[in-house]
Amino acid sequence: MELIWEYRFLLLTGTAVTIQLAIGSLLLSVVLGLIGASAKLANNPVSQRIAAGYTTLVRGVPDLVLMMLLFYGGQQIVNDLGDATGLWDYVEINQLTAGIASIGFVFGAYMTETFRGAILAIPRGQIEAGISCGMMPFTIFYRITWPQMVRHALPSFTNNWLVLVKATALVSVIGLHDLVWNASTAGRSVREPFTFMFAVLIIYLILTAISDVGLRWLDRRYSVGVRRT
Amino acid sequence: MAESSDRTFWEYLAYVSEHHSPFDFVLVADHIDKFLYGTLLTLEITFISLLIGGVLSIPLAIARAYKHPIFNGPIWSYTYFFRGSPLLVQVYLVYYGLAQFDFVRESFLWDPILSKAWWCALITFSLNTSAYTAEFLRGAIENTPRGEIEAGRACGMSRFTLMWRIVLPSTFRRALPAYSNEVIFMLHSSVVLSTITLQDILGVGRWLNGRYYLAYEGFVTAMVFYMILVFVISRGFRIWEKHWLAHLRPREIQSA
Repeated sequence: MELIWEYRFLLLTGTAVTIQLAIGSLLLSVVLGLIGASAKLANNPVSQRIAAGYTTLVRGVPDLVLMMLLFYGGQQIVNDLGDATGLWDYVEINQLTAGIASIGFVFGAYMTETFRGAILAIPRGQIEAGISCGMMPFTIFYRITWPQMVRHALPSFTNNWLVLVKATALVSVIGLHDLVWNASTAGRSVREPFTFMFAVLIIYLILTAISDVGLRWLDRRYSVGVRRT
Repeated sequence: MAESSDRTFWEYLAYVSEHHSPFDFVLVADHIDKFLYGTLLTLEITFISLLIGGVLSIPLAIARAYKHPIFNGPIWSYTYFFRGSPLLVQVYLVYYGLAQFDFVRESFLWDPILSKAWWCALITFSLNTSAYTAEFLRGAIENTPRGEIEAGRACGMSRFTLMWRIVLPSTFRRALPAYSNEVIFMLHSSVVLSTITLQDILGVGRWLNGRYYLAYEGFVTAMVFYMILVFVISRGFRIWEKHWLAHLRPREIQSA
């Protein structure tokens, strides 16, 4: 226990990196999810195909594989392209960027399904009513679709977020100095890996519990005026 | 280069693949046997742990669903613990962490089991998947239609018979779609194996890249392998669902 206290700053900075990574990938995944959902719902066979391919790819490939492909392979490709076109010099993709990009990409596909289902749950008549009131497409999205979409999407969104937080642990494998990396390094150097890994586990459980409370608050806020059976 | 006539076609192909193609196909083809062994390891650990975890999860789910006065609390903490933390950390905890304790290293289990990456992975994976499975099985048990249970009681079934013949079969049917997700999720999670020195599909990909100093060939090949596995598994589940959930499908219209 004293050891953990001694290394508290290492663990805390690691936790900060993990949270940064989680929130960064969440933002990216929400953007990708909104794009993906509108592509799937659009009356356009090409965009539907692309979005379907995206979700199938992500369902088929583990996140760590994509992450490594992006971190090692992506750098090579970006630099080969830069060499060939002469547009940019040597670019280095750092671990945080690779982590955010790959986790965001993976969960963007799950968010696509979440948002698609949520939008489909909104009665078509409400959007037609908006059109007949002369609302612009953006106004319809902002005033009719979004508030109800959030409500329908929240349970599945919560689930995605909890899985996402746990997926961030994998970024330590490509060398990001996050919570897991810091703790396993510290644990190895003082020869008490169990103590440190257990601390990591508890920190993850705390993160999960906090987000559970926060998301439940959000759920209440967006369900004002909804009768629960 | 290509006109040297003493060169075989295969050598020519290897040359083109290495120097002129963005992806070295021949090198991957040369090591395809390693990838197949990796697939075997991935499938082995995934399915054995799914089997153990599945068997383990049934009593846990029953105890949770019927709120057993003694076991409900501990099982809740068990599932919360395993579902709330990353599998990677759990595997590290068992594989790297347990060696910290002298009594573990001196116990009779250390040499044959706890010092081996394969066994540590299997144990952690089984406990992990049983926590997830128990949680959705509990939901499925709680959703058993009241009438089915009442009918069983009316027929004079004992509690065990009722469970065995009424509740569990209909629970498994309802849980099947969720279970296909869990199987694919476990397959995805099995990449953690490559972080504890095991040569699963991703492990082989990493080995190939490290050995020949490549940037992406090994990962792309691993990606293709995983996609094929997921495709086959979800196809299998769809056939299975068609069979076991046949009574729930809308009746097809008979064309006269």
